[in-house]
Amino acid sequence: MRQTNIKGSRGFAATLAVLAAGVAAGFAPYPAHAGPEQDRIHLIGFYEARFPKLKLDDYVNGVYAINPQMRAEWEQIMVFPPYLPALDTGKKLFHTKFKNGRSYADCFPHRGIGIANTYPRWDAKRGEVVTLALALNLCREANGEKPLPYGKGKIADILAYMAETAKGKKIHVVIPANDPRALEAYERGKEFYYARRGQLNFSCASCHIQNAGRLIRANTLSPMLGQATHWPTYRLKWGALGTLQRRFRGCNKQVRAKPFPFQSREYRDLEYFLTYMSNGLPEVGPTVRQ
Amino acid sequence: MSTILVKTNVGPETTKVRMLIRHPMETGLRKNKKTGKPIPAHFIKTVTCDLNGKTILTADWSIAISKNPYMSFVIKGAKPSDVLKISWVDNKGEHDTRQGKLSEL
Repeated sequence: MRQTNIKGSRGFAATLAVLAAGVAAGFAPYPAHAGPEQDRIHLIGFYEARFPKLKLDDYVNGVYAINPQMRAEWEQIMVFPPYLPALDTGKKLFHTKFKNGRSYADCFPHRGIGIANTYPRWDAKRGEVVTLALALNLCREANGEKPLPYGKGKIADILAYMAETAKGKKIHVVIPANDPRALEAYERGKEFYYARRGQLNFSCASCHIQNAGRLIRANTLSPMLGQATHWPTYRLKWGALGTLQRRFRGCNKQVRAKPFPFQSREYRDLEYFLTYMSNGLPEVGPTVRQ
Repeated sequence: MSTILVKTNVGPETTKVRMLIRHPMETGLRKNKKTGKPIPAHFIKTVTCDLNGKTILTADWSIAISKNPYMSFVIKGAKPSDVLKISWVDNKGEHDTRQGKLSEL
């Protein structure tokens, strides 16, 4: 059950106003048996009302689609994208053979080229969601190599290369109808997204749905739609490439919640839900954010 | 691989030159988090831009400039066939140069 409490100094009238605006914008509680596709369409409707001037594909640029001044600065930085050396490294790493003579290409469909937009995937045999990062390390372990640390470094470089080869292709995450466990994983991810956590007691939705486009101190909050399309990301704050789950951990820490481990079931299910919500939008990773 | 990335836009009256130089620009004030020892200063001291062999811009940089510095400037009345040369020298004596016609850079 999701509650829309407004904490802090806002009065009752303000609470009513926000709820009324939310309902008017189509932000009603989900019907009991809505499927993922209905959720996705419902979400798009909400954002269309919040940002009437934006086209669907604009959402991949997040805050830069809403804030013109930030966009101008971002375009200046994108003249010489800071992730280029990491992208080169990623390409080399991806094409480097393992000690046993095999390579990453042997583990993936289409030799790993142009497939990043189809992850995360439901793995029926393992009975869990498999993200691209997890798949890379499963490939390494299957070939006698030690797994790479998640979040940043080599794994981010390889993910950047794989994302680059899929740039422009539409996000296509599938929840197979013949395996109820996949839908359960999606639902767990969705529940995580809407659950409040941490000392600050915010959910992902508090910032990225309820307050998308508004300010949190000096930062503009990005909408949830399109967020999963641009990873790995070179964040200026990190001064390096990082993965989506690295950002999950950061976001959880920011609301003063204990972050979950990389590739925990919680984060994989969350990534499954989040990426499904951006189905149909073009994959644009790697890119730069503040 | 050159440390200097350049983009030029030759217009009828002015030409915009944009560059990014890959350099750590270490101030010498940071300390290694594990050992506590200061990381030695390593920063670009001078950037020189020549057009057809004549210096048109000299920049004196110091520790105030951040890592991977970006610089842009506008030249009046340049032709696409003019040769632009960008060079930098740092406090350790390391250096790099990039040269080419404005139309090719």
